[in-house]
Amino acid sequence: MRLYAMAVYAFLYLPIAIIALFSFSAGRSASSMQGFSLTWYGRALNNPFVMEALWTSVKVAFLSACLATVVGTMAALALTGMKGRVRRVFDLAVQIAVMIPGIVIGIATLIALVTVFDLVNPWFEPLTGMKLSLGTGSLIGAHGLFTMSLVVLLVRGRMETLDPALVEASNDLGATPFGTFRQVTFPQILPAIMAGFLLAFTFSFDDFIIAFFVAGAETTLPIYVFSSIRRGVTPEINAIGTMVMAASLLVLIGAQLMLRRSQAQPRR
Amino acid sequence: MERAASMQVRPEETVAEFVGASKRYGEVLAADRIDLRIRRGEFLSFLGPSGCGKTTALRMLAGFESPTGGAVLIDGRDVGAIPAYRRPVNMVFQHYALFPHMTVAENVGYGLRQRRPRMARREIAEKVEKALATVRLDAFGPRRIWEMSGGQQQRVALARAIVNEPKILLLDEPMAALDAKLRGEMQRELLDLQRSLGITFVLVTHDQEEALAMSDRICIMGKGRIAQIGSPQELYDRPANRYVADFVGKANILSAQIASREGGLAQAVLGNGAAVTVADAPGAAATEAEIAVRPEALSLAAAGAPLPEGMTALPARVTHRTFLGDHTEYLLEAPRVGALQVNVPRQAERAAGGHGMGAEVHVLWPAGAGLVLAAG
Repeated sequence: MRLYAMAVYAFLYLPIAIIALFSFSAGRSASSMQGFSLTWYGRALNNPFVMEALWTSVKVAFLSACLATVVGTMAALALTGMKGRVRRVFDLAVQIAVMIPGIVIGIATLIALVTVFDLVNPWFEPLTGMKLSLGTGSLIGAHGLFTMSLVVLLVRGRMETLDPALVEASNDLGATPFGTFRQVTFPQILPAIMAGFLLAFTFSFDDFIIAFFVAGAETTLPIYVFSSIRRGVTPEINAIGTMVMAASLLVLIGAQLMLRRSQAQPRR
Repeated sequence: MERAASMQVRPEETVAEFVGASKRYGEVLAADRIDLRIRRGEFLSFLGPSGCGKTTALRMLAGFESPTGGAVLIDGRDVGAIPAYRRPVNMVFQHYALFPHMTVAENVGYGLRQRRPRMARREIAEKVEKALATVRLDAFGPRRIWEMSGGQQQRVALARAIVNEPKILLLDEPMAALDAKLRGEMQRELLDLQRSLGITFVLVTHDQEEALAMSDRICIMGKGRIAQIGSPQELYDRPANRYVADFVGKANILSAQIASREGGLAQAVLGNGAAVTVADAPGAAATEAEIAVRPEALSLAAAGAPLPEGMTALPARVTHRTFLGDHTEYLLEAPRVGALQVNVPRQAERAAGGHGMGAEVHVLWPAGAGLVLAAG
């Protein structure tokens, strides 16, 4: 049993470890280790295309995470106040959104956006001189929609564990409903909200499939990596991959710590 | 003193009032036309089993539930339209409901920080300190809630409520989560606190000993209705009906024929033909009635022993004997009367000797012990 487990872990993580190892190679081959150097890291960081793609990715990830956090938190709060069938339908919809394969979301979002653009542009363009098209905006929208369900799930989970008597106690002590939200509910769910933000950020930052469909002419980092692989793999790709992985891991660990802190307070 | 407690509460000494207050949840009538005046400065308990409506009554006072019929008045004003956060009452919650993200002092000062116009920070700090001193938690202000024991958390909850100087302090089963020893201590402290503050306390509990020990008046609830209101002694000595007799303390309840009634006393004939003299229920007229007698009002004598003056003797057989230290609990079977419980004080048993299982004895019923229960 223990051997099986080790084999599974090795199968999962060995390729990743090898990529990380090869990223420190001094040679030109991406699939062998030839001496140790940080050359390829320097190369990657000095490559203007990489930096531009990185900037786009960060921008999209940040803005879509903001969108997802605000809308997702509001949805979670509204859902907690709801009862019966409506709530069950929405809860189910949110859970399904997390399970749908990225490629389906990508195609569906693309079709939806193009249809809307085709409908709107004929009167929007003469009015403003601008034409709606795929790009950063559609990326933020698509990622925001997808990651919103993550935020909803996290915040809902936290709300469920909140003692309803806390709200009553606050009310009893003279706090208005808004005062209660500000002083009691919000501080209690804040760690879950922040964890949701970080999770949304990494999901958007790492996403290739949905971005590939709706990015239009924009290039995010995953898209750049994918297209440069087609021109031949260099250790530079390994270096980029390792950096992205390290950054994502850090953020995810941060999210975990947030969640754990929100649950660490023992309730008697 | 006992008499005073049962007297009508006059309007000018009323701090809160239920006027035909009802609460219906769909099909369930949680509170059914409750009429009750709460006297300023008294310690009143709502006592009853779960689902009897006691918590609903408390929550209507707090403002967490609004009556679906009738009204709730505080200081003569109908508070039906006044939300919980504008009512001059504060509550100690069953599981304390302390804010886990705040320190002890922040918890206690929470109510004061909600005041508009704002209260000066220094004044808040002073009041918080005083409230913490009142519950003997002087140095605990900077502590986190989860660093406090259950008993300490309860004191914090208490301080958080009394610091606001409410007109009424509501206590929702505050001792339920404490162990027995701590509960006794807390009961005495609560009583001391109530006396020194002079605030009206309204307690909800299912623990009859707690209610008996602490209350000026107890309001016994059953099925959403008030079964009886009175001082602990009144409820124990003069239960109005079977429900109250059964719920407060232990009682032998027997069916009897009322042979005659005179001057507040009734001659009741038991199933075996023996006649006992019991207190009559006010306004009772039926010849078929239930009578109740406390186990400690009866005594035992060996069969054939001379019968003292003014006693009725019921032949019975001992079925169980439980030694409980200060008294011994005898369960007996009296032919054509039924099962009886008699508690014999240790002192009496030592003087007269005990009775073994299966012993044939006489249960002695002094004239005037027991009473006729009103129907219902």
